[in-house]
Amino acid sequence: MVQATAMQAAVHRAALFDFLLGMGDNTLILGHRLSEWCGHAPALEEDIALANTALDLIGQTQLWLGLAGEVEGRGRSADDLAYLRDARDFRNLLLTERPNGEYGRTLMRQFLFDAWHFLFLKGLRVSSEPRIAGIAEKASKEVAYHLERSRDLVIRLGDGTAESHARLQEALDDLWPYTGEMFVSEAHDLALAAAGVAPGAESLKADWEALAAETLRAATLEKPEDRYMHGGGKRGLHTEHLGYVLAEMQFLQRAYPGASW
Amino acid sequence: MATAIRPSIADVWHWLSQVPDPEIPVISVTDLGIVRNVDWDGETLVVTVTPTYSGCPATAVINLDIERRLKENGIESVRLERQLSPAWTTDWISAEGREKLESYGIAAPVEGSGAEGRLLKRIEGLSGGAALTVSCPRCGSARTEKVSQFGSTPCKASYRCRDCLEPFDYFKCI
Repeated sequence: MVQATAMQAAVHRAALFDFLLGMGDNTLILGHRLSEWCGHAPALEEDIALANTALDLIGQTQLWLGLAGEVEGRGRSADDLAYLRDARDFRNLLLTERPNGEYGRTLMRQFLFDAWHFLFLKGLRVSSEPRIAGIAEKASKEVAYHLERSRDLVIRLGDGTAESHARLQEALDDLWPYTGEMFVSEAHDLALAAAGVAPGAESLKADWEALAAETLRAATLEKPEDRYMHGGGKRGLHTEHLGYVLAEMQFLQRAYPGASW
Repeated sequence: MATAIRPSIADVWHWLSQVPDPEIPVISVTDLGIVRNVDWDGETLVVTVTPTYSGCPATAVINLDIERRLKENGIESVRLERQLSPAWTTDWISAEGREKLESYGIAAPVEGSGAEGRLLKRIEGLSGGAALTVSCPRCGSARTEKVSQFGSTPCKASYRCRDCLEPFDYFKCI
């Protein structure tokens, strides 16, 4: 009996750790992607906006990965988890590691992610795990601003010139197959949904689709048909792009272990 | 050995009210409402601070400044604790703090207009979002326009006045 309970606790802890890595890896990888624009965005205001969004996401990463390290109980800090894991151990959605491409593509990726992020955090605010609810409460206020902005820009560019419309439609068509993964539960998602820790991945689909449809309609963009959807990021199966992100992000800590300033 | 006399909690709050925000030095950390609690744990003073934005780089500087100010006032042992929940809201900025922001040229947050509330309304009703009127801190005109949702620091947006034509910062609601 005691053994069964201990085993259950260990399973729950492992599921929680995977889930927290997923939250932190999404914000870390997307935050890193956005920071690649720093100094290169098409207008000063956009440069500042992306850097600020990246800052929020990296801040949230510290909270999620900090808690992941605590839950794991092996003394790993948020920095250890960010800088010293290899691609197979990352749990981020494939969407977040898509290359930036041109500016419209970056904005479309941001909108598709923000809409999911906002709804997911809304669900996490009533998590049965108070530390998760606390982070979600904090992060959702920031993410509301991310979504407000990315939605606005997708509408402005989609419903802009023929050129901007065509580019946004192409970005949408290319990125759409990476959205399905957001609504597919992995084993750890199911365990946590059952325990009231996190909403089930599937449960957000209807709200996300409604939000996306409303925005795309206003942007005069056409929602692509649901065909093959890529998956695997949440299980550590990534595209080749993640390796390049990690090579750049982790270089310093790998070459000079423990360096700080 | 005589026990050191512990300064009163009221004195500590007073000292904290002299610690400026590193990025907007006209307001103090207590004006901002980020110091949530001050209490003694034996001979250690515990100051509980909540961050404004998760990634705000000022947070680390604020913690150092708080510690330094308290040490200058003779408190040897200080422990800073981070509290996330309830999450900081711009509603906690004091009336005095709001006045200081305005006279510094930063429009104070318009109450009840955080992006979150607007978005939740939109998701539930899937239409519109309340329009936000931010008055110019220089001339008071309500004819202003948003230049960018994000400004020079995470907590601010960029606006422009259409009457006096001055650009200004708006301390956005969260």
